[in-house]
Amino acid sequence: MSFKSEDDKKAYWRRNINLMKVLLVIWAVCSYGFGILLRPLLDNIPVGGVGLGFWFAQQGSIYVFLAIVFYYAKKMRDLDREFGVDD
Amino acid sequence: MDLTTLTYIVVGLTFALYMGIAVWARAGTTGEFYSAGGGVHPVANGMATGADWMSAASFIGMAGLIAFKGYDASIFLMGWTGGYVLLALCLAPYLRKFGKFTVPDFIGDRYYSRTARIVAVVCLIVASLTYVIGQMKGIGVAFSRFLDVDYATGLYSGMAIVFFYAVLGGMKGVTYTQIAQYCVLIFAYTVPAVFISLNLTGNPIPQLGFMGDTADGTPLLIKLDQTLVDLGFAEYTAQKGGTFNMMMYTLSLMFGTAGLPHVIIRFFTVPKVSDARKSAGWALLFIAILYTTAPAVGSMARLNLTNTIQNPEFAVGDPQANLEYSERPDWFKNWETTGLLQFEDKNGDGRIQYYNDQNPEFAAKAESYGWEGNEMVKVDRDIMVLANPEIANLPNWVIALVAAGGLAAALSTAAGLLLAISSAISHDLLKSTFMPNITEKQELLAARVAMAGAIMVAGYLGLNPPGFAAQVVALAFGLAAASIFPALMMGIFSSKINNTGAVSGMLAGLVSTLVYIFVYKGWFFVAGTEMLPNTPDNWFLGVSPEAFGALGALINFVVAFVVTNMTAPVPKHIEEMVESIRVPKGASAAQDH
Repeated sequence: MSFKSEDDKKAYWRRNINLMKVLLVIWAVCSYGFGILLRPLLDNIPVGGVGLGFWFAQQGSIYVFLAIVFYYAKKMRDLDREFGVDD
Repeated sequence: MDLTTLTYIVVGLTFALYMGIAVWARAGTTGEFYSAGGGVHPVANGMATGADWMSAASFIGMAGLIAFKGYDASIFLMGWTGGYVLLALCLAPYLRKFGKFTVPDFIGDRYYSRTARIVAVVCLIVASLTYVIGQMKGIGVAFSRFLDVDYATGLYSGMAIVFFYAVLGGMKGVTYTQIAQYCVLIFAYTVPAVFISLNLTGNPIPQLGFMGDTADGTPLLIKLDQTLVDLGFAEYTAQKGGTFNMMMYTLSLMFGTAGLPHVIIRFFTVPKVSDARKSAGWALLFIAILYTTAPAVGSMARLNLTNTIQNPEFAVGDPQANLEYSERPDWFKNWETTGLLQFEDKNGDGRIQYYNDQNPEFAAKAESYGWEGNEMVKVDRDIMVLANPEIANLPNWVIALVAAGGLAAALSTAAGLLLAISSAISHDLLKSTFMPNITEKQELLAARVAMAGAIMVAGYLGLNPPGFAAQVVALAFGLAAASIFPALMMGIFSSKINNTGAVSGMLAGLVSTLVYIFVYKGWFFVAGTEMLPNTPDNWFLGVSPEAFGALGALINFVVAFVVTNMTAPVPKHIEEMVESIRVPKGASAAQDH
């Protein structure tokens, strides 16, 4: 480990956790929210004759998952560099 | 060329490829055997993870499951992909930084406890063995159905192939064959899907065709809903199960996916922590190609199946529309001989009546038509993928490809599971627990013997599948979700959870999940020992036994926190270890102690 200071170490971990929190909220909202709980609401928006809720449950949530994972990898790479702890 | 010869050629070519890779990728050290030397490119590892993860059940079974469950099958689509978000954000990078060979390695070191390590080994072996039975069955079935050899011979051939590349090459051999197997299986899955989507909707991309319109302008899914309702079935897109159960089931599959050791160890093979994060994205991309195609295949196959046994000149549900049995299409005849499709002319009119005879509202209509029950007495859901190319009139080489794809899916997952089992035995039980003094060479030999042994046991279980084989897949996910996943999460995100807390938590999660499953499915799945009927009214909060893993995980977390607060705090060097795994810098290839 080679943080410049104890504060840096804490700041790095806090920013990682905050990023994870935001992304996990999106993860939960798109699958459990749009795909299941809010489906009746979202189905008012027609997609393929069925509705946006159904689309999220069987297609959309998977695309969102993909975006989350790649976005996290990129953001963390930047964060690692900023704190000089990249590998 | 006839179909069997063509299938032999296609399957033979893929097998020759796997053997060639095995000879090229032999393992010389324990590092190569357990983690392919830690030098696998993140994209290559993503592909290998895709094949590792997508089993015979994903390839052959899932589209059929969706075809018959409709919207409710979304739990599998979201659950089996959403787990990768947890894996990528919460587990893979940190476990990669930790830099050891196995999952029990982490649990044993982090909780400085031999008991914790052994509990983890037991969970790993139970979860992986139950899972491998299904792969062995998949291999036997694919051989017997496509290559005209009997089930046992098929199984032995599959075992011989896995034996060759897994014993010789360990993780190194498994990784490179899995990459080849991914290419075979994804090609075999998408080609028929493209043709079918083109036939039904005019759109070559199944993901778009699925949401598109059929030839007469009606959206595909609306047409399917109407067709099913006309035959007395529930609407395809309607929700049938309880909402809370659906959420818990999805959550259990996500936790289970993230906690299954054979997937986690794949991320020990990449060079760096940042590669582990990226590689999880590639893995999910390669998996998503199949998982977003599956709902298209499921819905289109269901529509095709229903329509090809109806006379198109009449409306669906009209008694005149029932096809004469003597005029049934060729695919129908072919699959009748396998027993996966069975017809019984209950009212003796020579026509095929396919409808829902369990629907009381439809009964009066059926009676007025003189129908005496659903005559498609068996429609095995595996048919949705296996017979799909024939139902859609695709050429023989596509059918041969489906055979090779099914075999690739089953073989790649079996090899990954067997590797997780054998490394847990040779590394965690022998080297780390009972015989710490063996040399690396002896450990490598032990790993090969353990692999050979695991293949024998898996083969035996494939030949003599226990009666409860179908039930135990839920067990594999439940165990991983309730025992392994929380232990890993707490080990990384809390430096306070101690040895006693972790062991108590794992045992509490494990036991509560097992008991909940056994209460509804019989103790150790012995028929007649069920304590409550397995119906939604009797379930706790409406949660089915398959969906309990998430609640088991919650019990695990709570018990671990409470017990930790009552017992001695973690030693300083463990807190330092937790801090060091949180930082990418300084990762080395996975190694021995």
